[in-house]
Amino acid sequence: MGAIWIPLALSLKVALWATAINLVLGVAVAFGLSRWRSHARELVDSILTLPLVLPPTVLGYYLLVLLGRRGVFGEWLDRLGIQLVFTWQGAVIASTLVAFPLVQKAARAAFEAVDPQLEDAARVLGLREAAVFFRISLPLAARGITAGALLAFARALGEFGATLMIAGNLPGRTQTLSVAIYAAVQAGDDRSAGIMVAVTSVTCVVALLLAGWLAPAHLRRMRP
Amino acid sequence: MSVDIAIRKTLRADDRHFELDVAFASEHRRIVIFGPSGAGKSLTLRAMAGLLTPDEGHVRVDGRTLLDTATGVDVPPRDRGVAYVFQDYALFPHLTVAQNIGFGLARRWLNPRRHSHDDRVRHWLDIFELAAVADSYPVRISGGQRQRVALARALAVEPRLLLLDEPFAALDPALRGRMRHELMALQARLDLPLLVITHDPADVEALDGHTIEVRDGRVV
Repeated sequence: MGAIWIPLALSLKVALWATAINLVLGVAVAFGLSRWRSHARELVDSILTLPLVLPPTVLGYYLLVLLGRRGVFGEWLDRLGIQLVFTWQGAVIASTLVAFPLVQKAARAAFEAVDPQLEDAARVLGLREAAVFFRISLPLAARGITAGALLAFARALGEFGATLMIAGNLPGRTQTLSVAIYAAVQAGDDRSAGIMVAVTSVTCVVALLLAGWLAPAHLRRMRP
Repeated sequence: MSVDIAIRKTLRADDRHFELDVAFASEHRRIVIFGPSGAGKSLTLRAMAGLLTPDEGHVRVDGRTLLDTATGVDVPPRDRGVAYVFQDYALFPHLTVAQNIGFGLARRWLNPRRHSHDDRVRHWLDIFELAAVADSYPVRISGGQRQRVALARALAVEPRLLLLDEPFAALDPALRGRMRHELMALQARLDLPLLVITHDPADVEALDGHTIEVRDGRVV
């Protein structure tokens, strides 16, 4: 039983980091895309959506090619003393990549739903662009972004393929819940597998319920 | 007060094409731009506020050049000293009445706090009889109150010129007459130049200012 808490804690740590990174990265990219007037916009959007449709093993392979010891940035990372393969930080990168489109898409839709006239009103009232973002665009898009972040958290929690490719299956170090489930089933330990499956399912259902409750941003944004 | 504006802008959207070519000058304290919807009135107002950049032309208010494409001057909206009341008021839905009014008084990255009202905010709440709804959100107040919040928010930043886009169009007819009187009384009291755009001849008559008629993007 105690053995379950270690992969669970690791999964939560990885998923929280991945969600936090995506909140900054996904929101920034989404805001940029929502304001960018160019024909290349939809092309960039398609490329950024790839992690949603590519098999996670393919993403994991790309990560190895880019970040592995002999990868494109391998030598450079090595010199900086950064080791991503077979580490939990590698698992964070895999989960971040896989969950990125969920935050980016939700945030972009939320930013595009903000009435541009409100942003204009703020400009005329004396605000700089950065202040318009933090005081109008971001708060009005917050619910949609939060819903996307919860989806991303659930997705990151369940990440398996890309994580296994780059971080491996080292118990206590990189063995996340979903990887541990696989290992437990392989070892014939059905009891542990069952408990971990139940914990994962409940956590994901809660995240999805919260996301669904937050999604219709325009309905309950303004408290009475 | 003097307003001197001459702007030209070609707008294209899909297969539509609109040519805005508006020029007028006035020293009147109440300028009314009158014309049917789609004539380019709002575009003219947006160009004055700096929300629309003309292809060529100039905008001068009280001798100060806000825009001159010939010399490359284009003062950003935040520094124009011009306030704008939008047709549907554009109140910030996530902020209370008091926070909306105080919005332009805090120019940094944070919105005014919910319950600490600045003296200036309190002043405007009193003038517009909004103290009772100070902590309400815009969705919870009446149409007339919304307009007063929009006016208070615009006036709180002490503009040199107040631009009003169809200020009475969103109000029901009974309220419209009353708000016209309120606006006139307010102007007399604050000594503030107004530039109003409207499609309603009744507004033109009530405001009794220098009327400039615009049709199909041109002054007629």
